[in-house]
Parts: sequence; structure tokens; C-alpha cells
Amino acid sequence: MGGVSKRILLLLAMALLVVGAAGCGGDDDDEGGEAAQTGGTLVFAGAADPVVIDGALVSDGESIRVITQIFETLINLKPGTTELAPGLATEWEVSPDALTYTFALREGVKFHDGTDFNAEAVCFNFDRWYNFKGPLQSPSASYYYSAFFGGFKNNESEDLSDPLYKSCEARNPTTAVITLTRPSASLLGALVQQAFSIASPKALQEFKADAGTLDEETGFRPTGTFGTEHPIGTGPFEFVSWTREDRLVLTRFEDYWGEKAKLDELIIRPIADNAARLQALQNGEIQGYDLVEPQDIGTIEGSDNLKILDRPAFNVAYVGINQAKKPMDNLKVRQAVAHGLDRQAVVDSFYGGRGVVANQMMPPEVEGYADTVEEYPYDPERAKQLLQEAGVQMPLEIEFWYPSDISRPYMPNPKNNFEAFAASLNKSGFKVVPKTAPWDPDYLGRVDEGNAGHLHLIGWTGDFADADNFIGTFFQDFNPQFGFRDPELFKMLDDAEVEADRQARIDMYKEANQHIMETLPAVPYAHTKPALAFRSDIEGFVPSPTTNELFNTVTIGEGSE
Amino acid sequence: MLRFVVRRLLLLVPILLGLSLLVFLWIRALPAGPAQSLLGERATPETIRQIEEQYGLNEPIHVQYWSYLKTVGTGDLGTTIRTRRPVTDELRERFPATIELTIAALLFATLLGIPLGFVAAKRYGTWVDHSSLVVSLIGISIPIFFLAILLKYVFAVKLGLLPTVGRISVLIDIDHPTNFYLLDALIAGDLGAFWDVTKHLMLPAIALGSIPLAITARITRAAVLDVQNEDYIRTARAKGLAPRIVDERHIFRNALLPIMTIIGLQTGLLLSGAVLTETVFAFPGMGTWLVEAIRQRDFPILQGGILFVSFVFVLINLIVDISYALVNPKIRVS
Repeated sequence: MGGVSKRILLLLAMALLVVGAAGCGGDDDDEGGEAAQTGGTLVFAGAADPVVIDGALVSDGESIRVITQIFETLINLKPGTTELAPGLATEWEVSPDALTYTFALREGVKFHDGTDFNAEAVCFNFDRWYNFKGPLQSPSASYYYSAFFGGFKNNESEDLSDPLYKSCEARNPTTAVITLTRPSASLLGALVQQAFSIASPKALQEFKADAGTLDEETGFRPTGTFGTEHPIGTGPFEFVSWTREDRLVLTRFEDYWGEKAKLDELIIRPIADNAARLQALQNGEIQGYDLVEPQDIGTIEGSDNLKILDRPAFNVAYVGINQAKKPMDNLKVRQAVAHGLDRQAVVDSFYGGRGVVANQMMPPEVEGYADTVEEYPYDPERAKQLLQEAGVQMPLEIEFWYPSDISRPYMPNPKNNFEAFAASLNKSGFKVVPKTAPWDPDYLGRVDEGNAGHLHLIGWTGDFADADNFIGTFFQDFNPQFGFRDPELFKMLDDAEVEADRQARIDMYKEANQHIMETLPAVPYAHTKPALAFRSDIEGFVPSPTTNELFNTVTIGEGSE
Repeated sequence: MLRFVVRRLLLLVPILLGLSLLVFLWIRALPAGPAQSLLGERATPETIRQIEEQYGLNEPIHVQYWSYLKTVGTGDLGTTIRTRRPVTDELRERFPATIELTIAALLFATLLGIPLGFVAAKRYGTWVDHSSLVVSLIGISIPIFFLAILLKYVFAVKLGLLPTVGRISVLIDIDHPTNFYLLDALIAGDLGAFWDVTKHLMLPAIALGSIPLAITARITRAAVLDVQNEDYIRTARAKGLAPRIVDERHIFRNALLPIMTIIGLQTGLLLSGAVLTETVFAFPGMGTWLVEAIRQRDFPILQGGILFVSFVFVLINLIVDISYALVNPKIRVS
């Protein structure tokens, strides 16, 4: 062999040996647990890096996941349910006119910086949000605040409504009184959201939580360090550090008033690709992750080292109908659509056993769910009959939109759902014209503007446990997505929103749901149980329908690879 | 030589200006905007309007462009929409990651590819040659993300030898003064961290380098074959020069030119972001940064990022051209 070639091959062989030997030097064991049930480090993967650790200024799930560990709200949910439970407030009282809320606050609670939690701190936070100015009023920042409370003290945009919030009074250190400008019965449910968590006033001020430069050219640039380096709350975990796109490190708060965290450290890291999350879990580099895809559930459940945890359903997938596009404004045509959709088949085939057929536009877990509603079993003949009665030419040509390249918890594979629905509609007197667009932002834009044909596939995951958050969001007012005006329904939902008597309110929402399923502005078809994946030795994690889960009850068992 | 370099550098200005205008217009021509991306199903016409106002997206185009030019002129590339950070900060984190990955991939491709191609050429027509052909074909044909997942499955999940995601283990803590993690580890004097970062680079480098490896091997083989049959090689052998010297001093150096061209081109491509590799390995480089910015219509990132990438690309081409002139005196351009 030629001299050079021999040398080269020798070098190559040596290189391969080195690489092989490299790995043998014991890989890092990410299972940092001790033999006991307490202690250790848990690494959990979300799908993206958080935006900022400040509940009032975010609306993305990953920021909220971190915020949930560090900050607390006045009212909690009983873990795993949508039932209200005491949080930083131990008791509350609503005035009969639903304008005044009196909260008895928990005593002896401290913020991570040692300052006291009290009524003054509560009012400081509420007033902070109310006084947001400039870019902080934008829904890109304070979406959840304005979604519930409407406008601010000084609205800078016409699109903001009058503020629902009037004032907060610190009557004494353990009593805070919130007064509204108009009655609302949803406040308690809404206060569970992380947007209304209580931060340390000292830290908010010292680290300039609201500061930023607003420049025509560069936009709003936050300059404070509260949400990036000093997010200080009362929760079971304290912030340690944040390296972007790498890790966010939390540690146990030793002076927590409630159940102290068992873990020493919680590290949250972003892994955007689903397959990468799964492989990292299999490899032990992470011990848990969220947003499990249905196709991976079999793999995970089939592995000895891994397990699946289910969240109770808190979403609804539906076929939206745009009544501005004729002849969708004809009730019989909409009824025909409902009878022409084989919903059971879709749920059975494409939801990995984790879906149930929906018969209303909100899940059974939410109060106000009607016991019986108008049903629309799959019946192509009935559909054709209805179309005939409606006087339309058959087959009726309709545009049906679905999003491409996305998987949503309520709709893991839109294309599959679409194709099945289109097939069943085509058998029922329709002629479906398929239309598609990338989810973000094209498809979403079209749906919002009412520009997505006659029918479109979409859904909704609840923000908080209140019927208003579902059907109120969809149908309380004219919405270009659905293109109709139903004054009776609008009034029903307006009245229910402010009804202070709990039972009366439940009944009103039940009635609304029945009305909705009679007038069919949309056809709901599925509720799903989104899944999380963990290594088998991780115990104590309680999945929540609203995805607000705490890690303070989580423990790592003996390492098992 | 100097004039050559200066002229090319001056050309950068009109190129970048033209590019910035193109990118600017193109992004705004895309349907929908950042509002839908920020709010998802929660977007309503009102909230969309508010967000567009906030980012000046309702202003006439020339006003927006002028604002943009003014900021870029001061070296400020604006603030990202999604993370509300200066674009330059994110660039400073993403670009070193891409450079490290690119260098690792190129090292893999050249250190393996050139010898492979050389050997294949020398053993022309034998099984060595044919198998190198097959390997090259596989290297070019196999989809990168599939190769990546496969590599992870074998070396990480099954054999437990290497990690699957990220640039460094989350259990290792070092400072990042440069954001070149290998350098940062050396600066911190932490050899364990250095080794950990290297391990994190291995599989992504192999996945990303698979195509350059195949191409480099083929080009090397072709170049060597070409040069081998030249008259001056026959003369050198006839003169009685040892085969090794013929190989190294004559064949190799002359074959180097086409090889360098290819490597240069591939460097430019790799530096613009290896999206598939980065996605599968959760490697936070320029590729995923830009692609996600397109999806989210994050205008500041796209405007600043694409401009930067173009600048780098032009620079790389310039360096390749200069190194031509250095390697082969016959190509000193006037």
C-alpha cells in the first residue's frame, strides 16, 4: 500500500478508537437523587424558553410554568381539580351586589426576600397592574389582565374597555378588600390565574419591574431586572439563575409557609422538538416533559423506565361555522353539518384513546355543563334531508379550512381529522373544498378575521375554571370568527357573567349551553386528556386541568436506568 | 492584493443595503403578523390591532424602513418581539453556538473526508474505492434529521455514551464570557466541562457533517485523480522522487484548490444555520433562531439576523478567495 494511504488509514483507525474510548469514561448521571425520598435535582423539559418571570406580563405556558413555582395567588385550585381552594387568602366574602370582595389573608407568610406578605402587598400588586402604561397595556404583555379586567386607569388605546377594577383597600394587614366598577361573579375563578400572583413590592420597585425604554425604532425594551434576575414571590421555589435557551434553575424555599418542596433543585430546560424531548427522557437527561404527542404514548407506556400521567380534560375541539358565509346562516344547513360529521370515528381513530366525544362547547369538568343537550348523531341521510328542506342545491359546495404543520392538545393531527370529516360530509350532501394554511400566524389570522371559509377546525384550552372562559369567550358578543348576532345568547352570557349566586349562575350557563347546541354556531367534537411523561421513579406530581402544576410535592426515587 | 481586498469590502455596503430592503419588504408581505403568533387562539381583532400599533406595523412602509435604518446605523438591531431582548444580545448567544457546531462539523468532514477521498483515488477501481463511493452516496442521501435521530438512538439511548440535547449538561455550571462553550470551559479551567461540551458536539457534528463529508471525499478523490495524471507528476516520478513526497508536495497541494472551494462554500452554508440538526439536538444556534422568527413573524430578529448572516457569508467568500491567492501564486489577482 502507498505510504501516505497507510498512514492515513492508521490515523483514521486511531481516531475511531479515541471516540469509542471517549464515551466509556462514565457518562453524567443526571439522576441526582439520594437514596432517600427527599432531595435531589429534577430536570423538566418544556417546549420553549420562558419569556419573562413576571405573571402580569406574560401569556405563554412556559413562563407560566416557572411562575407557578415561584409566585402564588390569593386563590388556588385543589390539586388536580377545578375546585377553588384557599391560597394566600384563607377566606373570602362576596357582597350581594357582586361589587366588593373581602379577602382574609394568610398570616406569617414571607416573600423570598424576607419581606412580609400582607394586605398592603396585595393592594400594591393590584394597583400596579391597574396603573400599567404604554406598551405594558398591550395584549402582548398584559393579555390576561385585560382579558378579565378590561382597561386600565388611563387607557391608551380605543380597543381597551372601561376598567372593571376600581380599588383595593388594605383594611388591616390581614384583610384586603377589592372593589369593582361593575358586578362580576367570575373574579374568584379568574384570580387563580398566574397573571394575578402576588410579587414582593420591595423587589418590584427595587428591580424596576415596569421599567423600559420605548423607542419608535427599537420598540419596547424592558430595562428592569425583576422578571429576568429577581422574580421574588412567596412560592415553594426560589429563583437561582437563568441561562437563556439552556436552563432555568430553581431551589427549595426553606421558609415556605406550606408544604416545603422535597426537591433540592428544579431545573427547567427548553427542548422544542418533540422527538428530542422523548429521547432526552429515554436517555435520562431529563426526568419529565410536557406536551407528549399521541404517537409517542405507546412507546412511553411500553417502556419500563417511563410512565405517562394524564391531565383531566380542559379543552374542546370544534368545527367552527362562519354564518357570514351563506348558506351557513340557515339553521337547517348547520344541523346538516352536525349530522354529517362522524365525530365518534374521529375521536376513536386519532386521539390515541385519550379523547371523548364532546357534545357541548365546554368540558364536563366546568360548572355550567348542561346535563342534556340536543344531540346530533352521524346520519348522512338526515343531513341530506335537512339540506333539501333548506332548499339548497346538492351537493352543497363549502370551503373547509384546517391548519397545517401543527399539533394542538385538543387536535393532535388536524389533517387526519379534516380528511375524515370531509369524507363524512361528502357522503352527507356536501362537496368539501379543502383549504389549508400554516397555523401560525396565517391560519389563526384567517380564523380571527372570519376569512376561513364556511367551516374551520380549531379548539380552545381553558385558562381558568369558569364557563365564561369558554362560551363567554366564543359567543358573548359578535365575533367575526362565527359571523352571527344572537341577542338572546349574548344577553344570556352577559347576565350569567355577573350573577353572584353560584347556583343561579350554574343554571344560567346550563341554559346557555342548551341554547348553543340548538342554534349550532359551531359543532364541538372532542375533549382530550393531554399527557405528560416522566421517568418511572418520579412520584408526587399531580396533573392539573389548567396545567398549573406545582413541583413541591415531587420526589425522585432510587435511580433506575 | 490589498486593493482587491478593499474593493471587495466596499462592495459589502450596497450588498447589505439591498439585502436589508429585500428582507424588510419580504417579511411584511407575508400574511398575518406577530400578533397571532403571540396570542394563538386568544387573538381577537382588537388585540391584534393593539399589538400592530405597538410595533408600528400600521405605519407606511417607508416610515418603518427609515426607522429601521436609523437604528441599524447606530449598531442597535432592535428588540425581539417574543423575548423582548436586544437582538444583538441574542445574536451574541446564537452565533458562537453555530460557529462551534460548524467548526466541529467541518473538522469531522475534512479530517475524515480528505483522507477517504485521497485513499479512494490512490486505490482507484479497488473495493476501497467502490465502498467509499457507497458511503458517500449514503452520506448525501440520508436525511439529516433521520441520521440525527438514529445516531441519538444508538449512541445515547441504547449505548448511553453521549448526550442527546443541548450544548452542555444542565448539571454543570460555568460562566459564559464568550458564549463559545469550549472556550468558556477552558477559561474557567474546568476540564470536565470542556469534555462535556465536546461530548455534546459530537453527534450534532457527525449529523451535520455527513453531507460535507461525502462531498469532500468525492471532490478530493476527483481532484487527486485529475492531478495524478498530469504531466508534471509523471516528471516528478521519473525524476525518482519518493512516492510520499510526490503525494504530499505535488498531488496534494495542487488538488487542494478545488477542495478549498468546496469547503469554503460549505462553511458559508453551515454558518447560515443548520436548522434540522439544531432542532433535533435542541442546539440553540442561528438556524432555529431564524426559522422560528419567520414562523413568529419576529421582524427585528429577521431583519438583524439575516443581515448578519449575509455579512458573514460575503466575508467567508472573501476569505476563500484570498486563500486561493495564497495557496497558488498563479492566482494573485491584479
